[in-house]
Amino acid sequence: MGLILSEDQLILRDMAKSFCDDKSPIDRMRRLRDTQDETGFSRELWKEMGELGWTGILFPEALGGADMGYGELGVVLAECGRVLAPEPFLSTVLLGGNAILLGGNEPLQKELLPDVCNGDRILCLAFQERGRFAPHAIETSATRDGDSFRIRGEKQFVLDGHMADQIVVVARTAGSTGERDGLTLLVVDAEANGVSIQRTEMIDGRNAARITFDDVAIDAARVLGEIDGGAEILDPVFDRATIGLCAEMVGCFEEAFERTLEYLKTREQFGVKIGTFQGLRHRAAQMFGELEFARSVVRDAQSSIDDGRNDVAACASGAKARCSDVANLIGGEAIQMHGGIGMTDEEEIGLFFKRLKAAEFTLGDAIYHRNRYDSLRGY
Amino acid sequence: MASIEEFKQEVRSWVEEALPAELRVGNRKNLPREALSLWVDALAARGWITPSWPTEYGGGGLDRKHAAALMSELKAVRAPIIGSFGTSMLGPTLLEFGTEEQKQEFLPPISRHEVKWCQGYSEPGAGSDLASLQTRAVLEGDEYVITGQKIWTTGADKADWIFCLVRTDPDVPKHDGISFILFPMHQDGVEVAPLTLIDGSADFSQVFFDGARAKAKNVVGPVNGGWTVAKRLLQHERSTDGGSEGGLSGAQKETLVQLVKREVGLENGVLADPAIRQRLAAQELEAKALRLTMRRAGEEARAGQTGRDIGSLGKYRWANMVKSEQDIAMLAVGTQGLGWDGPGFEGTQLDRTRAWLTTRADSIWGGTNEVQLNVIAKRVLLIPE
Repeated sequence: MGLILSEDQLILRDMAKSFCDDKSPIDRMRRLRDTQDETGFSRELWKEMGELGWTGILFPEALGGADMGYGELGVVLAECGRVLAPEPFLSTVLLGGNAILLGGNEPLQKELLPDVCNGDRILCLAFQERGRFAPHAIETSATRDGDSFRIRGEKQFVLDGHMADQIVVVARTAGSTGERDGLTLLVVDAEANGVSIQRTEMIDGRNAARITFDDVAIDAARVLGEIDGGAEILDPVFDRATIGLCAEMVGCFEEAFERTLEYLKTREQFGVKIGTFQGLRHRAAQMFGELEFARSVVRDAQSSIDDGRNDVAACASGAKARCSDVANLIGGEAIQMHGGIGMTDEEEIGLFFKRLKAAEFTLGDAIYHRNRYDSLRGY
Repeated sequence: MASIEEFKQEVRSWVEEALPAELRVGNRKNLPREALSLWVDALAARGWITPSWPTEYGGGGLDRKHAAALMSELKAVRAPIIGSFGTSMLGPTLLEFGTEEQKQEFLPPISRHEVKWCQGYSEPGAGSDLASLQTRAVLEGDEYVITGQKIWTTGADKADWIFCLVRTDPDVPKHDGISFILFPMHQDGVEVAPLTLIDGSADFSQVFFDGARAKAKNVVGPVNGGWTVAKRLLQHERSTDGGSEGGLSGAQKETLVQLVKREVGLENGVLADPAIRQRLAAQELEAKALRLTMRRAGEEARAGQTGRDIGSLGKYRWANMVKSEQDIAMLAVGTQGLGWDGPGFEGTQLDRTRAWLTTRADSIWGGTNEVQLNVIAKRVLLIPE
């Protein structure tokens, strides 16, 4: 895969763009937020995305998917990012869906993934237990009890956890918190006894939940991958999800930057357009540079998966380190350059700023990912 | 023309004979002079100092792919690459703008590496704002008489000729009164004063003109139309840099990672200083992102997609990257990096400190960082001024 979009991908982009502009203008996201909509996204729209084949892009045809790659999914995610569409790609496809796909448990794949592909099933991945991303810092326990496990613990920031039909839970079956070994992934029904889900309101209007597992019994047949070896699945799932999230962020960067650029060209102060001030021109040029670099590394990261390269982890961390920094730069400058109006809830630029901050902290910030990149490189 | 593979084979067997063994060390200073001159002659005989120029001007007449294949074969055996201001900057400009007579006179000596050229662009009062240059050229009969001063002229003390921007009409807007002219350095009225830089080097000079003479027929492009020629030549300049990987030359074999590991030390198998460790990752990721971005721009251009001109962005980020690599190296060695000369300091460390100083110029020459940002804002982002 090259660093530019193929003919087919360009067509897909145009389709996704007109779909998003048409069906998901930004005031839709605002309305969902302001009305405290129970779902938090649109079931109908998600279903339509399923019919278009987008929710199944990553999954094999045998499971109802399109068997395409991250290059294609990235095109769709970038367009969703441009309009801040809150549909559950990250939770259902990139995290939960990928865990089941990579988990290799065939009965579970057949049971759950076809409905992901057609847009009927919502999944989530419950991993996070503290504010800063630390993938192996898991205290939630799963204790063997005959043919089943009993899960006890509490998760936070479970994306779309309030709407999920199934929860992929990362639990500790051995070892102690922070250790990579001893993790196990289990698929739990949201309706199961002992699961309590509390929706949390986030700054970006997206949907996350705190989920408590109070002695939840789960059949051992619903384990993904090896018992105690869950990190073997979890780490590549995080890499893939991170690369997907970065594509959404790039769409967000593009839109926030274009809006800010337009503002510089139209807003007048001191009798001139503010874009004539060198202090702002140089900063706009910096934003452009960061955006271009982010595009390049994210596209390369997508290729690393689609081409079966062996540097996916380094590409994922490299891309997220950069995108997290760029989120701060472009998000922050977008507000600053809009001035007072940028501080109002009415002006949409603030919605981008908040989404970008949430995306920055989701799946690890720049410091985390540079650290991980160093570790991968042996520094 | 031979297929690329056949051609590579031909180059390999030719190099085997033509390249003296003691030269197979890459581009280094102080190569053995006699061997070097044999190598230059051998290359020149085939037109391979300027492989893509037409044969009638001493070039090799190779197309892009064959010329690239030649270069990669030469680099593969670490042959010294013979280049100059003449080959990389003036030559391509003359091929585009020169008269037939100018091409006949000036290109063959360049392609034989016989005549050294220098570039008379910057002046004390015309750096970033190059077009405000004041060096005057007044026509007297069939000659221009030149008065003024240039600065930052690389290799002026060794140059035979200069390609120079001069003001031929002071009464029109600044861009419209400039001409691009060629004249010899060895004449009365030309005085060269080398400049010592903060890194101790003296490759640059100031050049003073007091009644220097240039033949009127040696104006390249139209009289008063030199700005267009000058800008085109700068594009050749930019296309020759930006491609390199970073501040460390071949002589500095130790990589930044090795240096940092050695100086900072490891704790539990990882670098002991988490802040420097973060910068190391950022540095490597920046280099990679720059490489990918230049490659993506190339792919866009080839696919005919609406690629933005990212030349200025590339230069800007390249300069910052090169500087920050040296900054990290300095941080890692601390006060050992402050040594200037004499006992107590290893030669490689002294070289590194010099390189740190030298690279301060990378964000200044070829358009300062600030100029590059101006260009992006104006020409890429189209923000009205």
